[in-house]
Parts: sequence; C-alpha cells; structure tokens
Amino acid sequence: MARDERVFLMGEEVGEYDGAYKVSRGLLVKYGPKRVIDTPISELGFTGIGIGAAIAGLRPVVEWMTHNFAILAMDQVINNAAKMRHMSGGQLKVPIVFRGPNGPAEYLSSQHSQSLAAFWMHVPGLKVVAPATPYDAKGLLKSAIRDDDPVVMLEAELMYAWEGEVPEEEYLVPIGKADIKRPGKDVSVITYSKPLKVVMEAAKVLEERGVDVEVVDLRSLRPLDTETIFSSVRKTHRAVVVDEAWPMCGPASFVAWAVGKACFDDLDAQVEIVTSEDVPMPYNHTLELAVQSSVEKVVAAVSRVLYLE
Amino acid sequence: MGVKRPRTQRGERSDRDLYMKFLREMLLIRLFEEKAAQMYGLRKIGGFCHLYIGQEAVAVGSIAAIDLSKDYVVTAYRDHGHALACGMDPKVVMAELFGKVTGCSRGKGGSMHMFDVEKHFLGGNGIVGAQIPVGTGVAFAQKYQGTGGVTLVYFGDGAIHQGAFHEALNMAKIWELPVVYVCENNQWGMGTFWKKVSAVADLYKLGAAYDIPGVQVDGMDVRAVYEATGEAVSRAREGQPVLIEARTYRYKGHSMSDPAKYRTREELEEYKRQDPIGRLKTFMEEEGLLDEETFRSLYDEIQREVEEAVAFAEQSEEPALHTMYEDVYAGEDAIWRS
Repeated sequence: MARDERVFLMGEEVGEYDGAYKVSRGLLVKYGPKRVIDTPISELGFTGIGIGAAIAGLRPVVEWMTHNFAILAMDQVINNAAKMRHMSGGQLKVPIVFRGPNGPAEYLSSQHSQSLAAFWMHVPGLKVVAPATPYDAKGLLKSAIRDDDPVVMLEAELMYAWEGEVPEEEYLVPIGKADIKRPGKDVSVITYSKPLKVVMEAAKVLEERGVDVEVVDLRSLRPLDTETIFSSVRKTHRAVVVDEAWPMCGPASFVAWAVGKACFDDLDAQVEIVTSEDVPMPYNHTLELAVQSSVEKVVAAVSRVLYLE
Repeated sequence: MGVKRPRTQRGERSDRDLYMKFLREMLLIRLFEEKAAQMYGLRKIGGFCHLYIGQEAVAVGSIAAIDLSKDYVVTAYRDHGHALACGMDPKVVMAELFGKVTGCSRGKGGSMHMFDVEKHFLGGNGIVGAQIPVGTGVAFAQKYQGTGGVTLVYFGDGAIHQGAFHEALNMAKIWELPVVYVCENNQWGMGTFWKKVSAVADLYKLGAAYDIPGVQVDGMDVRAVYEATGEAVSRAREGQPVLIEARTYRYKGHSMSDPAKYRTREELEEYKRQDPIGRLKTFMEEEGLLDEETFRSLYDEIQREVEEAVAFAEQSEEPALHTMYEDVYAGEDAIWRS
C-alpha cells in the first residue's frame, strides 16, 4: 500500500476493528479511510464493487471475513473477475486480490469450517495461492497484489496464530512455484497450507522409522508447479497428496491424477491421497478431529505406498 | 424527484444538431438490429441475441448526456444499443456478433459481451444484475482517482430485485459514489410482467430505501431521457447517486428464441404508436427542423453503413484455434494443459 496508491483494502471489519482476525491491524491509522474501507455485510456487493474498481484502474484487496461467506460472492468472482479479460478479447484486466481465512477451524460445525480451495482452483482466469508459513504469506500476498490477474488467497484460519520468521525487508514469493519444505529420498508428500504442519510432524515420525520423506509445499494451486512436483516424484518414486478439502474433484484428487499420468513409469506404488472425510464438519471435537487429516493418517498412507503395511 | 416530463416542449433551432444526433443514433441502432435479426435468421449469428428495438431512446438519450472522455457506461446483455450509442464501430460490433476475430472481443464475447475500453464502454455483462455492483465499482474508482467522472449503470426491470442491486445502492449511498442507475423498465422480464413480480409498481421508488432519489421518465421520448439523465448526472457528480426508471418497451421477444406470446398484439401496437424514432421525427418536422428528404438521405446513409458492417463481418477471418488460450491471463502460465 505504501508503494502503490492504487492499492486499497475493503471488507467487513478491516478498518476500525483492525480486521476480524487482526490481519489488517494498524492499516486504517496508517492509510486512512479512503484506502481501508469497512463494508456492510454484503459479500456479493462489495466483491463486485472491487471488480469494477479493478477494471477501472485500481488494485483492490478484497477481504472476505471467511471463504465460507465468499460463496455469496462466487458469481462475481467466477463470472466476472475470472472471465472479463477473456470475454473482452483482452481489453480488460482485473488486478484484484480476494483473501481471507479458509479451511477447518475448531468447534465451528459445517458452515464455518470447510476448505473451499477446489471451487477457486477449478476456474480458468483465476490464480489461487495458499501459504503454509508466515514467510510465504507475506511474499505471496505481495506477489498477488502486484499481479495483473485476479488472485484468490487462501489463509488457513488456525494459521493466524502460528509464528515464524518474517523478514522486515521487501521480498516476493513467486506465484506458481512450489517449495521443497523438507528434502528426502523415499517418498514425496505433496501438500499446501495448514496440513503442512501435520505432514512435517508425520515426516519426523517416519524418520524415526527409517523413512526419509520429501515434503513438497504447492504454495500455488493455480498455476500448479508440475515441474517441481513431478521431479520430486521421479526422484522418490512414491507420492502421497495431503489436503484438507473434500476428496471428490478436490486439489488432492487432481494432483494425484496428474502425478499418476505424468510419472506412471517412475512410480513404484499407486498415488495415495489423504483428505477431509467426505462429510460436512461436525461440531463435536472428537468427530471434528477424526474428519481431518492427521499425523496417523499421513503415516498410514506413506506406509501403504512403501508397502510397509 | 418523481415523474419527469420534458421541460422544453418546443424545439429550438440551436437544438437541431442534438436532435439530428439522436435521430442518427436511434436509426443506426434500429437498422443495425433489424439486420442482426435477419443475420440471426440466416444463422450467421448464433447463441442468445437480445434485441434492443423499441428501447433506443433510453441508450441514446442518456449516453448523450454524459462525457465519455471521463464517464463510463456499464450494461447487461441487451447491449448492442448502448455499444453503438457509445460510438463503437458498427463493423466491429457486427463482427463480434458473427464471432469473428475482428470483433471487439475477438469473437470470444458475442452478443452479450461487447466491450470497448477506449470508448469507456465496459460491457456487455451476461448475469442478470451482476453488472450493478461492477458498475458501482467503476464509479468507486472514479471517485478514488478524483477523475470527476460518473458511471451510468443499466439494467432491466428483471434485475432490480436481485440482491446485487440492493447491496450496490446501499454502498453507493454510504460512499457517495458518482453513479446513475438506469433501470430500463421494458415491462417484461423474459415472459414475466413486471407488476406481477414487483412489490411496487413504480420501480424508481426502490431507491428510497437507500435514500437515493428516484425519477421516472418516459423512455420512449429521447429528449425526456436526455434531460432527466443530465440532471441525474449533475447530482451524481456531486456524490449523490440517482436511480432513473425509464418506462420503455421492447418490440421483439426477450431473445431471438422468444416469440413473445405472453403479450397481446394490441399492447405491442400501442407502443409502436409511441415509437421513439417516429416521435422525434414528427416533433422535428413540426418544428421545421427536418424534412422528408433529409430524413430519407440519413436513412439511406445508415442503411449503407449497416450493409458495410455485414460485409466486413462476412469477410473477416474466423479466430485461429490458438486464440482460445489467449486473454485468459496477463501471461498464459496458469492454463492447464496435460
């Protein structure tokens, strides 16, 4: 925002409340009400207004209080933001960022605790990023704001409490580049966003059992860095994809298919996926935890592709 | 505000240029669309094709009241009229209808998705009502950038009950955006009569819930539309959004696939007697501003222009297959190719 006057933030509670999750803390004081704009609870409306502002020369950052409420704005994102460049024959550009928390949280039941990554990843014309560390979050958000296309940023709700190194200075994490978060030689575990933590813990457990896991953090779901994914699998010959979205038509299913197709001759086992159970999220904590991917589930899937079970 | 009647009941010679402009543009839209209907019948044009015939006074009168060097126009899918009234080249509009690469959207938009960024015409949007927040956002950008411009946002009586309309008006008011909403009440939302599906019969009153002044205007009278829009635009430039309800009528069905059997021939004939082109022509003749010979030569000139547009569209190339991958992203790196 300091760099580019055209950048502004709009959404519910982003200003005086400092952000529903305190993501925009201090921005109103620093940049004033012209550039940090509290909206009514009106997702379709303010998302569409952001899109209109983007086609007329601004670079809006639209915050959805959560991706669950973005479903109300889906028409604007899918039918307008994603398509205006194409259906205008390249005349329009829509440089806008849609961001907010996504994915399972705690004790929130099914309407407030779900990963909607697949909905955005499905749509040509959108870019979709999902950081798994505070470092990546800063670098990806900056890249998203400078991008000339609409970018949807998925920020896992429970990750807001996570801590990590974030340099003060300027840096960018490029959109479309996956990151090897842990090099290894026996199996590639491919994931993104919050499940990275579970995957890293599983890697430690597996290390004690003599299994050397390579962890690929996608960081970007669209574009998808197939080069990094495939070269990892060609090295390890085994792959597990871990995702907190539902299994049907989800990011994990797609990545698993892509790996199966491109690396068929290199694979020593079929590709496994670990996803959310195929149910709406229950409120009860025991059930809630059982729905999601866990260290045990990841260890079990890795064991299957290594024929250890 | 309320129901508006034209202030200048008598034409003045100084207005002749303006009236000739109205006449020319309305005739261009009429003849262009009659030709488009013919081309649709010949299957040169496919898909949905929503004709504007009968409503010409609304686009022409209102767009004449703005300054397209700084103002913008955003509309829905019945967009040929607004496109031409914004000064888009009929050749490029016809080529887009033909799906040719020389069309404004390189054959990827078609009838519902006309755009011309240079002429400040931002579509051409296909989802009922969804263009209302988008147009409001264009006005937001104008205020943010301090351009002094306003945005005209068009929609029909069918769109006014969408949440998009109500959400947008609320924000336009709280942020004092320079926007004029033009509801073209052509009285039929597809095959549904507007009074059957609206809690109020006067749609201009719907702005009241958001403290936005509403005005109703005879949408078959181009001069009345021009005047009402001019006043609304002045208010919008000062940060007061305005809602205009233009009472108009479409002569054709909702789209080319609609024979419009839900209405009577008498109803259609009644509105044809108020035809916007005929009314302006008669008025100008009575005021001594137009003679039959001048009208005839204008008509012939526009007819030729439309024929040229068809010839241009006919002779233009089909888009090459690789162009489907273009214009998806600023770069093409996010397209999945297995």
